[in-house]
Amino acid sequence: MTVAVVQFGGSNCDRDTVQALAALGIDGELVWHEDGLPPETSGIVLPGGFSYGDYLRAGAMAARSPIMGEVERAAAEGTPVLGICNGAQIGCEAALTPGAFTTNRSARFQCEHVHLRVENADTPWTERYEEGEVLTLPIAHGEGRYEIDDDRLATLAAEDRILFRYCEADGAVTDAANPNGSTGNVAAITGDGDHVAVMMPHPERVTLSDIGPTDGQGVLRSFEQSA
Amino acid sequence: MTAYTATVTVRLKRGVLDPEAETTQRALERLGFSLEDLRSADTFEIDLDATDEDDAHERAADMAERLLANPTIHDYEVEVDQR
Repeated sequence: MTVAVVQFGGSNCDRDTVQALAALGIDGELVWHEDGLPPETSGIVLPGGFSYGDYLRAGAMAARSPIMGEVERAAAEGTPVLGICNGAQIGCEAALTPGAFTTNRSARFQCEHVHLRVENADTPWTERYEEGEVLTLPIAHGEGRYEIDDDRLATLAAEDRILFRYCEADGAVTDAANPNGSTGNVAAITGDGDHVAVMMPHPERVTLSDIGPTDGQGVLRSFEQSA
Repeated sequence: MTAYTATVTVRLKRGVLDPEAETTQRALERLGFSLEDLRSADTFEIDLDATDEDDAHERAADMAERLLANPTIHDYEVEVDQR
């Protein structure tokens, strides 16, 4: 049983993710996209990076690569899938999750720490946190503004599919705390089932205790059940 | 078969924020130009052989649906000319 961390041309958080999983005692394996998912795959991470140079739109090319058909089938069969940053863009482009990530409101690449409020602590990705808890995670993206129309955002909220929203240190969800102009301050959502999730912030960068805070561990620990 | 060029124009839906267009507009204004608004769009010129104009149009529209546009944020239009 292993968590497949899918490498596309231009992925660059793939090894960090395997290392972060290993630190939690979870077996992760780098899987080159052309090689397909190994038969023992019990979880999938679409890691961060700049797959195919962000050509056309971030994630557009990787979302249409053959391995994504395998990822979609695995997701449909209940295999947990987590898209992080470029992986989140790929997940939305592949319609594993609704909406789209596009150019930051600032029109700039932003690399900084943000506060996230846990909106729903009743999913595999968030059950190690408390609802309303404020986490600090890093972001590093130029196209992280979550776009979805108001009706579908309301549906996502009603269905408890928003995992994290950008917030102030005290948990207040404000426009000032929204780093990229995301609709509804949304930073992470689930797909049709809550075993599929995408998020722009990087949990794998705040997992190893010897390099700093570990707020991201809870997200990656969800793979403990599957791996 | 006839040779066509299909031009697919992909633009953000009205109401979707376009920070690059806003930045471009501000740059033009800094250069002294006066303008009310600016919208950007991507165009793709696709050379293809098709049985007729409708066939060329349909195939280019399919390309837009499948890859060139993201229906969540984009509208697109297709124009076909004989090449």
